[in-house]
Amino acid sequence: MMNGRLQVPPSVKKGEPFEVRVLMQHPMETGFRRDMNGKAIPTNIVNQVRVTLAGSELFSAELGTGLSANPYLAFYAMADASGELVVEWSDDRGEKGRMAAQVTVA
Amino acid sequence: MKRREFLVSTGATLGLAALPAAAQKFQPVQDIRPLIAQVTGGAAVESGGIEVELPAIAENGNSVPMRIKVESPMTPQDHVSAIHIFAERNPRPSVATFHLGARSGRAEISTRVRLAGTQKVTVLAAYSGNRFRMKQVDVLVTSAACLDEAMAET
Repeated sequence: MMNGRLQVPPSVKKGEPFEVRVLMQHPMETGFRRDMNGKAIPTNIVNQVRVTLAGSELFSAELGTGLSANPYLAFYAMADASGELVVEWSDDRGEKGRMAAQVTVA
Repeated sequence: MKRREFLVSTGATLGLAALPAAAQKFQPVQDIRPLIAQVTGGAAVESGGIEVELPAIAENGNSVPMRIKVESPMTPQDHVSAIHIFAERNPRPSVATFHLGARSGRAEISTRVRLAGTQKVTVLAAYSGNRFRMKQVDVLVTSAACLDEAMAET
């Protein structure tokens, strides 16, 4: 299980865009680095990110080696009703991460 | 000092042309047109409507902050459906693809990218209705990501 941070505003207005910030803790190994013995470190990147709000897909991303370690993403979303915003991601090794935050429509 | 300023300013304006040889040595520029064609399927690509915030000079290529704003009403009929980032000098030029929709409300993305040397960064926005727009930005990278120094680091 991987860690990270997910940030949404404490409350949002109905139908008004708000910013969602995601920080994932992940080395994003490019596959071009070598370890102390000169052996290549295998590629391991977060390749898929999926964001849902109240169960329906809102945003998704396919990432490559060109994204920095501990990838940071900020994007916008709109909500009609309060619900749970869930960020799920997986890396090349098949490890998965999940974060959730409550979106409250005031 | 003057010489340095001159190098930096010409490097930023002319992009790849005015680079010191050492910065060009490691990664050749790749042709990203096939990658763009793969997205567009050969459809025409217009310019304009995309704002890209990238530092003109990036000191550390391992983490370059980037903000993309695409003009769009973001309605179900007319919205940005995807934003692609390509870096032609990176060993793998496809940096990321973001899928949005009308529920995004605003076509705006912030992230941090790796850049393997001074290069042109290309942002391609796909709109609903199979329309495309593109913007290219020059970035001068003083310390490149990947390869050479990554090996020295470990």
